Amino acid sequence: MAAASFTAAKFLAPVAARSGGERAPPLPAGASSSSFARTLRRGGAHHPRLRTALAVSSDVLAGNKAAHAAASNPAVTREEALELYEDMVLGRVFEDMCAQMYYRGKMFGFVHLYNGQEAVSTGFIKLLNQADCVVSTYRDHVHALSKGVPPRSVMAELFGKATGCCRGQGGSMHMFSAPHNLLGGFAFIGEGIPVATGAAFAAKYRHEVLKESGPDGLDVTVAFFGDGTCNNGQFFECLNMAQLWKLPIVFVVENNLWAIGMSHLRATSDPEIWKKGPAFGMPGVHVDGMDVLKVREVAKEAIERARRGEGPTLVECETYRFRGHSLADPDELRKPDEKSHYAARDSITALKKYIIEENLATESELKSIEKKIDDIVEEAVEFADASPHPPRSQLLENVFADPKGFGIGPDGKYRCEDPKFTQGTAQV
Amino acid sequence: MLGAARRQLGSGPMLGQVLRRLRPAAAAARGYSAAVKEMNVRDALNSALDEEMSADPSVFLMGEEVGEYQGAYKISKGLLDKYGPDRVLDTPITEAGFTGIGVGAAYHGLRPIVEFMTFNFSMQAIDHIINSAAKSNYMSAGQISVPIVFRGPNGAAAGVGAQHSQCYAAWYAHVPGLKVLTPYSAEDARGLLKAAIRDPDPVIFLENELLYGESFPVSAEVLDSSFCVPIGKAKIEREGKDVTITAYSKMVGYALQAAEVLSKEGISAEVINLRSIRPLDRDAINASVRKTNRLVTVEEGFPQHGIGAEICMSVVEESFEYLDAPVERIAGADVPMPYAANLERMAVPQVDDIVRAAKRACYRAVPVAATA
Repeated sequence: MAAASFTAAKFLAPVAARSGGERAPPLPAGASSSSFARTLRRGGAHHPRLRTALAVSSDVLAGNKAAHAAASNPAVTREEALELYEDMVLGRVFEDMCAQMYYRGKMFGFVHLYNGQEAVSTGFIKLLNQADCVVSTYRDHVHALSKGVPPRSVMAELFGKATGCCRGQGGSMHMFSAPHNLLGGFAFIGEGIPVATGAAFAAKYRHEVLKESGPDGLDVTVAFFGDGTCNNGQFFECLNMAQLWKLPIVFVVENNLWAIGMSHLRATSDPEIWKKGPAFGMPGVHVDGMDVLKVREVAKEAIERARRGEGPTLVECETYRFRGHSLADPDELRKPDEKSHYAARDSITALKKYIIEENLATESELKSIEKKIDDIVEEAVEFADASPHPPRSQLLENVFADPKGFGIGPDGKYRCEDPKFTQGTAQV
Repeated sequence: MLGAARRQLGSGPMLGQVLRRLRPAAAAARGYSAAVKEMNVRDALNSALDEEMSADPSVFLMGEEVGEYQGAYKISKGLLDKYGPDRVLDTPITEAGFTGIGVGAAYHGLRPIVEFMTFNFSMQAIDHIINSAAKSNYMSAGQISVPIVFRGPNGAAAGVGAQHSQCYAAWYAHVPGLKVLTPYSAEDARGLLKAAIRDPDPVIFLENELLYGESFPVSAEVLDSSFCVPIGKAKIEREGKDVTITAYSKMVGYALQAAEVLSKEGISAEVINLRSIRPLDRDAINASVRKTNRLVTVEEGFPQHGIGAEICMSVVEESFEYLDAPVERIAGADVPMPYAANLERMAVPQVDDIVRAAKRACYRAVPVAATA
C-alpha cells in the first residue's frame, strides 16, 4: 500500500493545481477529515488510516483474513435500518415477481435478476440525493427501484407497456429516468462506465465553469458494474481519467464472482479488483457486499469524498447472485456448495437478524414491511398488466429530439410534418 | 506518450505534404457572386467553434491534442488560451473512454464537441456513438437527449495506407438517431458546424483534411456570428440541364471540375453538394433529376451499400419515369486503401472518372480504353 499512496500523491499534486479549484465556489468543510484524502495528500507511505479505510473482508480470496477485524458494523438509527430493510425486500420481491412474470410470458428478451446483491444497490443508492446520478448495467431493475423509480413504472417497462418509465421503448436492460437521474442501464460490458464518468465530468463542469452547484457540493455519480467488466479496457481508461480530473464518481464493482459462466478467478490475473484503484492513484476498497451496513459505511465515505471534490473511489463489493446470469441461463457451472455458502449469508436475513438483535424493530414490524412490499409489487403487476401497449404513433417518436432529423421528403416538406408520421405509418 | 508521438508522426508531416500537393483551387468553377472575402476551411471551423463556445458556456471541446498542441490539424488553435483547460480538454489516447465521457456529459446537460484526430479512430469508440449516443433518446422515450458533435477529418488522406484512409459517411448514415454532415466549402464548414453544435441530437461532422487549407470566397452573411446552414438541405453548387452530379465533401470540388470539363464538350451538368448525408435532401436530388433526367452519384467511400446506392434508390422510388439513362455510380474502389501513390490514385474517384460517367449517362461515345 505504501507504493500506492506514494503514486497517488505524486500525480495528484499537479492536477489539483491545474483543475481550477481556487476559482470554483468552495465545497463544504470537512474535506481534511477524510482518511483517504489525508493519506493521498500527505503521500504518507506508512499512514495507518489507509489500511483501516481499506476494509477488506473477503471470505473467498486468500490472504485477506487479517483485515476482517478492521470492519465493525456501524450503528444505524431505527429509521435508517427500516429504510434499508424495505428497499432490500423490495428489490428481492420485485425480482422474484419478474421471474414469475417472465415464465408466464409477460416479459421477454433477456431478463437479468439482482437477487443476492441487494446490499450493494441499497447500501449505495440510499445515500444519494435526487440530483446524484446512477449508471447501471443490464442488471438494472433494482438500481432503478433504489433510486426511487416507482415499482409500477419499472414493471410496466418490463411488460413493454406505454406506462413504463421509458414507455416501453427501453426494456429490461435499458432503464432510464431523467427525474431520478437514472442515466440508463447499459447492455454492453463496460459501456456504462464512460457514460457515468461523463456525468461526473458534467457535475464538475457545472460546478467549476457554470458555477451551478448546490450548497452540498458536487453531484455524485455512482457507476455499477460487474467483475467481468473489470477486464475491459474502458474500465481502465475511465479510472485513469476520473482520477486525472478528480471527478465526483464512485466506481462500484459488484463482484458476484461469475461473468455468466466464466469464473472471476479464471478470467482475471489478479482477482483483487480493489487493488486497481491505488494503481491509478485513487483509493481502492474491498467490502463484504453481503453486509449492507458495511457497504453503507464504505459508500458513505466514498460518496462524501466525491461530493467534496476529492475525486473518485473504486469499491469492490464481494457479492453473489442467487440466480443464473439471466433467466435463460441454465446455471450449470456454479458449484452447489458455493451457492449454499452465499445463500447462508443472505444480506436480507442478516439485516433482519441485526435489527432484531439490536432492538431497532420487532419481528412483526418487519413482517408488516414485507406485507407492504408484497402489496406494492402485486399492485405493480396489476398496473402493468392493465396498462395499454404503446400506440403505433410511438414508433417514430423520440428517434431524434428534433424530429426534423428525419429530413426532407421528396415532396419538399419535412417528413415529420407528414400526418402519417404521427400515426407511425409513414415510410422513413 | 509513445502513442501520441506515433500519431503525430503520422499526421504532422503529412499535413504539410498534403497542402503542397493540393491543386490550385478551381475558384472560377464556383458560382459565388457576392464574395467579399476569402476564408479557408480551417479558419471557418475554428471561428465556428470559437463563436459557439463563446455563445454557450455549456459547449466544450475534448479530444486528443485539442488544447496545448492546438489541434493535430490546428482546428482548435487559440481556443485553449481563450477558454481555458476546463473547456478545451486534452484527453489521453482513449477513444472509447473519452467518447463515452462526452456522451455521458451530454446526457447530463452539457453540449460536448468530441474531436477525433481522424475519424478512423472513431472505430474504437463506435459503440458509444451508436449504442450510447444515437439510441438513448429513443430508449428513454425522449427523456435523455444527447446534444453532442463528433467531428474530425474523414475520408481518403494521402499516403497513409488502409487504416488511416477511408470515408465513414455511409457507416454512420446507416444509423437512426444520428445526423451526418459533410461540409465542402468554408461556408459549409462554418454554417454546418454551428448548426451541429446547436442541434439537440448527436451529429457526426465529417471534415476532410485535404480541404482544411483550401480557401473559398465567403459573403458577409457567412461571416456573421448568427450564420447557420440548415441541416438536411443540399446546395446546388452549379446549375445545369443535362445531367445531375451528386457529391459531398472533397468530391464536390471534383464534381465542379468535371462539370467545367463537360461544359467545354457541350454537356451542362448540375452539381449538388449534399452537405447532409443523413438526413438526405431527397427533394433537391429528385427535383434535379426530374429536370436533367440523368444522374451520376459521386462518393469517396466503398461502393457497396454506399451513399450512391441510397440516392439511386430514392430516385428509383420517386422519379423512375423521369430517368433517361441508368444511374451511374462513382465510388472508391472496393479495396482497402493501398499505400503506393499510383495505386492510391486508382482507388479514389478522379475528375476524369466523373467526366466519363456523365458522358455515359448522356450516351456520348467514350473510348473503350477509358471505361475500365
